[in-house]
Amino acid sequence: MQKKTKLITMSNAINEALHFSMKKDKNLLCFGLGTTDPKGIFSTTINLEKKFGKDRVFDVPASENALTGISVGLSLEKIRSVVSHQRLDFFLLAMDQLVNNAAKWYFTFSQPVPITIRLIIGRGWGQGPTHSQNLHSWFAHIPGLKVVIPSNPRDAKDLLISSIFDPNPVIFIEHRWLHEMEGNINKKTEIKKLDNLGKCKIIEKGNKLTIVASSYLVHEARIALRYLKKFKIDCELIDLRVIKPLDWKTIEKSVKKTGNLLVLDTGSDTLSFASEIISSISIRLFQYLKNPPVKLTMPDIPEPASYGLTKGFYIRPKNIAEKIIKILNIKDGNILKLIQKEPNPHDIPGSWFKGPF
Amino acid sequence: MKKNSLISIWKNIFRIRYVEEKIAKEYYKGEMRCPTHLSIGQEAVPSVLDQFIQKTDLAVSGHRAHAHYLAKGGDLKKMLCEIFGKENGCAKGRGGSMHLIDRSVGFAGSTAIVANSIPIGVGIALAKKLKKKKDIVIIYFGDGAIEEGAFYESINFAILKKLPVFFICENNFYSVYTPLKYRQPKDRKIHKMVKGLGCPVFSTDGNDPFKIYEKISAAVKKIRSGKGPIFGEFYTYRHREHCGPNFDDNLNYRPKNDLKYWLEKDPLISLEKKIKKKKMIFLNMKNEKQKIINEVNEAFKFARKSKYPSYKITTRDIYAKKN
Repeated sequence: MQKKTKLITMSNAINEALHFSMKKDKNLLCFGLGTTDPKGIFSTTINLEKKFGKDRVFDVPASENALTGISVGLSLEKIRSVVSHQRLDFFLLAMDQLVNNAAKWYFTFSQPVPITIRLIIGRGWGQGPTHSQNLHSWFAHIPGLKVVIPSNPRDAKDLLISSIFDPNPVIFIEHRWLHEMEGNINKKTEIKKLDNLGKCKIIEKGNKLTIVASSYLVHEARIALRYLKKFKIDCELIDLRVIKPLDWKTIEKSVKKTGNLLVLDTGSDTLSFASEIISSISIRLFQYLKNPPVKLTMPDIPEPASYGLTKGFYIRPKNIAEKIIKILNIKDGNILKLIQKEPNPHDIPGSWFKGPF
Repeated sequence: MKKNSLISIWKNIFRIRYVEEKIAKEYYKGEMRCPTHLSIGQEAVPSVLDQFIQKTDLAVSGHRAHAHYLAKGGDLKKMLCEIFGKENGCAKGRGGSMHLIDRSVGFAGSTAIVANSIPIGVGIALAKKLKKKKDIVIIYFGDGAIEEGAFYESINFAILKKLPVFFICENNFYSVYTPLKYRQPKDRKIHKMVKGLGCPVFSTDGNDPFKIYEKISAAVKKIRSGKGPIFGEFYTYRHREHCGPNFDDNLNYRPKNDLKYWLEKDPLISLEKKIKKKKMIFLNMKNEKQKIINEVNEAFKFARKSKYPSYKITTRDIYAKKN
């Protein structure tokens, strides 16, 4: 019997989602700096121009703000678009068009604005303070936007298609360290089976503690959990996938069951998305909590560039495991003896990453 | 200029003026509870442009948009209801005076942040071009927008892609109270600078309907022929304060001579003078005025009678639903 799934990298999954969507919607446009260059935005936009033509797939001037407004203008004439940015940090130039127009147009003028904005987050290998910012909570703060952060190829493909066909502006955040990560996806895409944006996924089932994570930290959490399983510590791991709108039901159900909550966030601490989840859960489910909820976020410090300064900077499975043990009040000092502190070199996702960005 | 055009332009100018004067006169009552930027003194450009565009040509504008909306044919009652904050306002009472829209006549929207609707207009123009339509897009903005990055990003894109855009800069020399001399180099002519970007440009007296007519007629024809965007700079002047119903020249922020010069060039008064001088008494002006006055008064009554929205706003009002 033929297999229904196939192994694929996340960047190829994104490429497949774009091909699928452009075929399905004959008006859909795909543009952004580097879209048609030989590298095709980390291989995610490869062959789109060849297949769908220069009118629908094109490179652009480096004008993040205008391009965002242009995609809004296109949507008012019923043309959807996917606009890609190789780093989220450059997209900060587009806050006016995003916040004042894209997010508000439907509320003010009752006209839908179906646009998808792909933002890529860097990390390590010298990306430094302005090529590595995890600002998903900024976007989630704005009424009118949807925010998607996939952690694996299957979700990347399914959620990107769902984002494109959603009638609202969607911020789609890709972690650069996930682009070459492999995972199984369905060979055939059935659009009717894709969920509307706004569902979390339980990745691991468990009873002792609920871990809420997203993006790259889902994988770090999995490593930690796999390790702790040997000591019969079973936690539930929830991958947020979409942080706005958020699937509170799934998180609440899990916390009611476990009574413990640890939230991981790739963003910096103050007013982080982790803070939002912890405050809301504390307000709603105070009586269910056995211990104070805990967050593990990046510090309120810009990411430094130097190999020396990024040593020990990131959240690793060991940090996660330490928090879990502390929350659960496990006194056995030997448990964490064998968990790796940090891979060497620590500043790349794997040997595939040869820089520069 | 043909007689019919002149009549129509005069009617447009008079109608906008009367609406704006009435808003100013009644603003103190506190029923129009939103920041309102009146177009008094700046009615001529959109009133003339109306002669050359159709409903399928789309226009966007900024915070001072009443004249642009009305000249494009935007529904007067819906505009007033919006300013009064009523549920049947053109933006359902969610936007106020600075957020006008009437898609039925091709007014695609006005927004409140300086230069903010320029990229939207360029996006609409790209859609028109991709769909191989002959329609053009009009983007209204002021001299302040020239100081925003969005303007340069957008016009560059429009030139690059040869988009059918008419960039209309109404230069009234002030950004709120700040004169051009504090904002741009002294010898700069905005249109000349824009020419340097590679866009065909022109400039003209924005208070003189005859001059505007001539320039716009040629520009619209050229844009419609698919040769790309054109930038027009129109010198004009607002009579009242930046925002609100009052005169504010007691604050002495505008030179007395300039003020005198521009008030003498009032587009309504000078056009009426010209009409009389040329003995072009083409119609019973008094009757026509009365018709407009009745219509406007009726619209104010309608806005006052209309209801405030009273529902609770939920996510359904913020996010569009999938079909």
